[in-house]
Amino acid sequence: MRAAAQDSGPAVGVTPAALEVIRRLESAHGPLAFFQSGGCCDGSAAICLKDGELPAAPSDLLLGEIGGAPFYIDADQYERWGTPRFLIDVAPGAAEGFSLEGLEGVHFVSRAP
Amino acid sequence: MSIVESTAYAAPGEPGSLVELRERYENFIGGEWIAPITGEYRENLTPTTGEPFCEVAHSGAQDIELALDAAHAAKDEWGERSPADRAAVLNHVADAIEENLEMLAVAESFENGKPVRETLAADIPLAVDHFRYFAAAVRSEEGRISEIDAQTYAYHFQEPLGVVGQIIPFNFPLLMAAWKIAPALAAGNCTVLKPASPTPWSILKLAEVIGEIVPPGILNIVTGPGAGIGKALASNKRIAKVSFTGETVTGRLIMSYAAQNLIPSTTELGGKSPNIFFEDVMAADDAFLDKAIEGLVLFAFNKGEVCTCPSRALIHESIYDEFMARCLERIRAIKQGDPLDRETMMGPQVSAAQLEKIEGYVKIGRQEGAEVLTGGGRPELSEHLAGGYYFEPTVLKGHNKMRVFQEEIFGPVLAVTTFKDEAEALEIANDTLYGLGAGVWTRDGSRAFRMGRAIKAGRVWTNCYHQYPAHAAFGGYKSSGVGRENHRMMLEHYSQTKCLLVSYDQNPMGFF
Repeated sequence: MRAAAQDSGPAVGVTPAALEVIRRLESAHGPLAFFQSGGCCDGSAAICLKDGELPAAPSDLLLGEIGGAPFYIDADQYERWGTPRFLIDVAPGAAEGFSLEGLEGVHFVSRAP
Repeated sequence: MSIVESTAYAAPGEPGSLVELRERYENFIGGEWIAPITGEYRENLTPTTGEPFCEVAHSGAQDIELALDAAHAAKDEWGERSPADRAAVLNHVADAIEENLEMLAVAESFENGKPVRETLAADIPLAVDHFRYFAAAVRSEEGRISEIDAQTYAYHFQEPLGVVGQIIPFNFPLLMAAWKIAPALAAGNCTVLKPASPTPWSILKLAEVIGEIVPPGILNIVTGPGAGIGKALASNKRIAKVSFTGETVTGRLIMSYAAQNLIPSTTELGGKSPNIFFEDVMAADDAFLDKAIEGLVLFAFNKGEVCTCPSRALIHESIYDEFMARCLERIRAIKQGDPLDRETMMGPQVSAAQLEKIEGYVKIGRQEGAEVLTGGGRPELSEHLAGGYYFEPTVLKGHNKMRVFQEEIFGPVLAVTTFKDEAEALEIANDTLYGLGAGVWTRDGSRAFRMGRAIKAGRVWTNCYHQYPAHAAFGGYKSSGVGRENHRMMLEHYSQTKCLLVSYDQNPMGFF
């Protein structure tokens, strides 16, 4: 795992609404970690897991923290996406994959700030 | 007054509908409908209007255990059945689906949003054929014998794994279920299957159709959230294999669970498939050109919610203007609307989340400087569809370094660019993290072959696209996943090799 170089401002931010969900999930499940996904179906979503559920790989880049939880992205993916900034928001409708907020009927959204 | 005959099917549950609708659906476990131990249900929406139309079980980890109990209770008897018996069950399943083809096509269309003309002509007939294919494949399996020496022989048998876990995506709920269920059962396994959260219901309609044909416990279906039951299934010590189609982080998670339990996994994780049009496609204005134009417009098939969506069109610069003009004309003729209408060519996206994501990517594309050639927003449709998740077929012109060329949008959004020669076409085609599908269009057979071999993707359609016949292996290179489906080699993915090493020599080895 590597830390992202930041030229100005955080590479990943979070909306107050998403922060509130993160707080709630943390009290229910303990420490959390985010992984920016890609690929089919609900690819492009930020997947929220219990910290340690998926060990960060050497090729994962630590982009920053949101609500105290580390936010990772695959380094190749980050480069190919043009090293964008992310704003993590939340919206109604259950997450479609294994992301924890799906249990509460909502899903995190990776927006371009 | 003339009576105009409606071209639309009645929605499930409405008077005259082919599809009977219950208010609430339970899990299908051990051949019976079992209420979730959680006691919880959730509303299931149709993307057509965004309205709920039934409730499905919101199961938990204990429900997965129940399903695994049923599967384990059935596995020995099923695994010991003769291939002929297992094939007969699969053929019976295929016949039952075929007899209910129209009903299942309407159910699938209503829940997923894909147009019924696709489910009638592709999804359901392909599912039928898939069961027949694996029935035939397992009948024709044979082991190998190795002659070690004149008195020593190795006999190789394929034996079932036991109980497998299968997690299917929302884009082809019934067809992807068939792709996973048919080889698993043919090879003598029992399965516990989790449908995707946005599309849990059509497969329960399938269970109503085939529930009495399959022996109890060999096929078990549990609905609920991925974070609850998906994990409970994929990380369970009582499965012998896990199969998953979805996004990359969950794919990694599935493979890490499999590693922890020392079991095999297969994953299919999507792509950003190039569709390449060489200058000679326009050498004549004929049926082939017409086919190539349709080949480009196939990005809108299943509203772009296809892992192999031909989402990057690479067009030779000398034909770009004329070819693209012909394609845009065809794209603008796409009829959007109620997916249950037989004349509809594109229905709604599967969920509000998908719609938001697609809108987000079109915005990102504009910010990156891509030119919107057509579409780009939500269409204006009749009032009763206002709550549905519709998006226009959209074409963005740009270059391959843009994010909209690199990430799978999973919607009806085509990114188009030009190339100057074969080498550049190949370079752009392979400049992606993924390698699931690709298309090559040319009248030059040698070039088609060269390109097909050089593109790093598991499936290269040559002068065609979006065909999924059984007996043609499907799966990814690079980050698109590990394993293949849709081919008899799946029987090996769903079995393990037993070697009986037999000596016919009467004499000792002489060591002790």
